[in-house]
Amino acid sequence: MRELALELWAKVDKEVLIQIVVMLVKFGVVAVGVLQIPPVMVWVERRAPAFMQRRKGPNRVGIGKFRLYGLIQSLADTVKLIWKEEVVPAGANKVMFQLAPIFAVFPAFLIASAIPFGNDFTVFGRTFSMSVIRMDVGFLFIFAISSLAVYGVSLAGWASNNKYALLGSLRASAQMISYEIPLGMSLLPIVIIYGTLDLNEIVLGQAHVWQWGIVRAPLSFMLFLICMFAETNRAPFDLAEGESELVAGFHTEYNSAKFAAFFLGEYVSMFVLGCLCSVVFFGGWQIPFVSYDLLVRLCGGYTLIASLIGAVVLLLKGAFWMWFYVWVRWTLPRFRYDQLMSLGWKFMLPVGLANIMITALWVAVARF
Amino acid sequence: MNPYLPVIVILLFGLVLGSILSALARFVGPRRYQRIKSEPYECGVPTVGERDKMSVKFYLTAILFILFDIETVFMYLWATTFKELGWFGISEMLVFMLILVAGYVYVIKRGALEWD
Repeated sequence: MRELALELWAKVDKEVLIQIVVMLVKFGVVAVGVLQIPPVMVWVERRAPAFMQRRKGPNRVGIGKFRLYGLIQSLADTVKLIWKEEVVPAGANKVMFQLAPIFAVFPAFLIASAIPFGNDFTVFGRTFSMSVIRMDVGFLFIFAISSLAVYGVSLAGWASNNKYALLGSLRASAQMISYEIPLGMSLLPIVIIYGTLDLNEIVLGQAHVWQWGIVRAPLSFMLFLICMFAETNRAPFDLAEGESELVAGFHTEYNSAKFAAFFLGEYVSMFVLGCLCSVVFFGGWQIPFVSYDLLVRLCGGYTLIASLIGAVVLLLKGAFWMWFYVWVRWTLPRFRYDQLMSLGWKFMLPVGLANIMITALWVAVARF
Repeated sequence: MNPYLPVIVILLFGLVLGSILSALARFVGPRRYQRIKSEPYECGVPTVGERDKMSVKFYLTAILFILFDIETVFMYLWATTFKELGWFGISEMLVFMLILVAGYVYVIKRGALEWD
């Protein structure tokens, strides 16, 4: 038996094994990190309006004296949510009702894995990338996978057999697919300017602050910012769950852990879009005014440490956008549905097309 | 190693996690059946329950989305080879966009982008 095991071990390609183990470790870190986003964001989403409206917000829950500004409230809420009774409404399509939360969760993890959290690092002569999936078509991958979230939304609303859920899901899916076009168009000038679809290459192209995407393509940034809010169904575009008219929208009939699944999907896609915005327009893991070479020298030549510092920088930039979502939510009133669709189709689309052509001509005149 | 191998791993993880979340409540939470409780939550008004009646506007939006989204994907191919194609690529793209805008104007004139 032992000899057989040894023989098998000799046949295994060690390099491939190392690659797989490293990939699993990276994915483990990303997955665990991603699972921390919803509890923290639920807390931020309650503390931030409290801060803006001059009240306290949740600050009491704690373990003994250990209160952490009420952050443990989220832990209590999670436990409570899981132990709740699950009610499947009569007349619901049972299979689809179970499937919808799954469709809401898995695209979130896939797109989080495509974000480059730092530059490639070299350990013991082997080079690894800081994203779980390193691919040369990162952009297209993120677009393709983030579109899958529409299935979760539309299935959830349709399967519930509830008129509010159906209306909410129709609105949400129409909104998400409408804004996918300007989203794609807003990032196209970035591809023209940096000449690559690889997200890490784009970050490498933004070594200085005046090379950042926001400086080179400010109009793209404005379009992308609007799409960011529309794609995640956040205020001021949260018509899918306009409380006063549609109860909670597509997840009206969901409760307990399934409801948590929708929360998870929503917050993770918010975070990924925030990270994508930082990667494309704000230099990703680059520290402003500190070049990567200088950073590596400061780290004593260890690229792994430099990459980890880069990951912290990108997470800080992503955290800013998470705060920005909440900030905007408590500042701007909600749009009307026809205004939302007109903005997407009649303003964003032509401006996006014009932006592409202007950028192309400008880059061509500068380069050719 | 195939660079797309992680995609399968993550896909499986996401499906398993989603299934766990989906199945958790069945095993952990209490289950007390009541007829009234399982009615759809429509604010106490007698329920409608006609889920197959959707406004045709939404189908129209979906069709337009398919058209314009595929154009965007085409443009990505052009954008990645922007340097190699040079002025030839730009002129081709201008023609392509003029045709696209003609279609867009037609769609607007027919009132496909009107919501009420």
